[in-house]
Amino acid sequence: MAAIEVEGLEKTYPKGVRALDGLSFVVEEGIVFGLLGPNGAGKSTTVKILVTLSKPDAGEARVAGHDVVREADAVRGSIGYVSQASGVDVHATARENLFLQGRVQRMPQLELRARVDELLHTFGLEEVADRIVRTYSGGTKRRLDVALGLVHRPRVLFLDEPTTGLDPEARAAMWEELERLAESEQLTILLTTHYLEEADRLARRIAIVSRGRVVVEGEPEKLKRGLLGDAVTVELANGNADSAAGVVARLGAVEEAIVDGRHLRARVEEGAQAVPAILSALEADGITVAAVTVSRPSLDDVYLHYTGRDFRAEDEAGSAEQ
Amino acid sequence: MTAAVKDTLSMLVRHQRNFVRQPIWLVFALTQPMFWLLLYSQLFRRIVDLPGFATDSYVQFLTPGVVVMTAFFGATWSGMAMIDDLDRGVVQRFLATPARRGALIASQVLHTAILCAIQTVIILGTAWLLGARVERGAAGWFVIIAAAALVGAGWAGISHGIALVVRREEPLIAILNFFGLPLTFISAILIAESLMPGWMQWAARFNPVNWGVVAAREMSSVQTDWSRAGLYLGLLAAFATATCLLASRAFESYRRTL
Repeated sequence: MAAIEVEGLEKTYPKGVRALDGLSFVVEEGIVFGLLGPNGAGKSTTVKILVTLSKPDAGEARVAGHDVVREADAVRGSIGYVSQASGVDVHATARENLFLQGRVQRMPQLELRARVDELLHTFGLEEVADRIVRTYSGGTKRRLDVALGLVHRPRVLFLDEPTTGLDPEARAAMWEELERLAESEQLTILLTTHYLEEADRLARRIAIVSRGRVVVEGEPEKLKRGLLGDAVTVELANGNADSAAGVVARLGAVEEAIVDGRHLRARVEEGAQAVPAILSALEADGITVAAVTVSRPSLDDVYLHYTGRDFRAEDEAGSAEQ
Repeated sequence: MTAAVKDTLSMLVRHQRNFVRQPIWLVFALTQPMFWLLLYSQLFRRIVDLPGFATDSYVQFLTPGVVVMTAFFGATWSGMAMIDDLDRGVVQRFLATPARRGALIASQVLHTAILCAIQTVIILGTAWLLGARVERGAAGWFVIIAAAALVGAGWAGISHGIALVVRREEPLIAILNFFGLPLTFISAILIAESLMPGWMQWAARFNPVNWGVVAAREMSSVQTDWSRAGLYLGLLAAFATATCLLASRAFESYRRTL
């Protein structure tokens, strides 16, 4: 049985913002599944529907075998939800937070006590367990967020942007934590992220979400391999970027050329062979090049390929809207 | 115990524990009533020379009013805790669990009512030192505490209802400040009812703050009209129930915005 089944979800917010536009995907049990997309793509709305906070206008979703609208309480008992906004009571201690969470999840007292000790140990929170959360560092608090989601041994854990707002060091530590979690617990994890490298590293499968729909789904490696060839990025020193794209796109070896500010990104079959041709074509057009890089396709390129839009530009536009 | 009661108690423990951790709030909450008792009652002590006061001690007259006023003002602020929980995602975290929805509001309202009861005991104790007496003994104390707790619960419901609609601190403060003083003045908190202008006496009958004052003051009068006190306690209970239902409706509408 699939841990999560989503079919044709639609949601429009009162102000007319169309957040979901027929979104569908399936997550099999026991894996880490990444919902990847820029800010404003509809990831958080999807999660809110799956954890029963919000209701879809149309479409259906089942989590751990239960319908999220008709069997909301059954869903709530089988999931953990770690939201972007944390949700920890910062005026209480880690232990108190964990106990309250276990109580509202209807855990028997004795089992709860053992589970709290276990989680404090697993997440390295023993030393701070009886300190007020307000005094914690960002990374420590985030670990408690995740622990809170796991108190009642849920079958599915939702992590909404688990590392947003963390410094690089805390982010790396959180990644290690989540990797361990994925191995040890009998758990399906759905994580949303707008960090491509995060999805690449943590998720067994990903779905790329753009403007309320899944544009492509699969294993990150396969998606990248599906894009034949290399990515060539050219930084322009002068000249019109759009006309440069036109020049490059006309070359036979180039499959795709897209402009992003001063950067021109081209997808080619063989990077090392294509670079001289690209450079001479640009030079012939009077355009000076500042730098060139050749790389294997990244999820950036996957996003670009399937949506025709640049991930970072969309992400910035999306966060500006919010 | 039903799930709803269990959840309410679990969350009530959280509010009370967090409150006890910051005893400074209790000190702040009690500073104002002390000024009313210690300064205002002295400043206006000759006011009881006017006909209409059933006592010749203004502090005796004023104490039930100060008790209810303190509960009223304290409760109007209680919605700030809900805004804090909304901002920090605490409410959403509970909404994704099987916790009963009503427990989120009920625990906050109960917490406020209990605080009002504790404040009342402290205020009555201080007033006792100043010579103000509760004339009807234990039953009198009970009625005054109940009046304060019900006024607190009723206004906690309103404060939480507004908090769930506006979801920001500034408008909540602005709206409640707007009502604070008029409701204080259109009541018998500071002055005997018979000395109020006719239209204000009329308006005071619809003021839930005044209902608490009427019930509480019966207990410190020489002549106690128990049925009047009972009637107003009943009105307050209905008021508190209504505002809590209103707060639940506001909660429903908040959930629809998610």
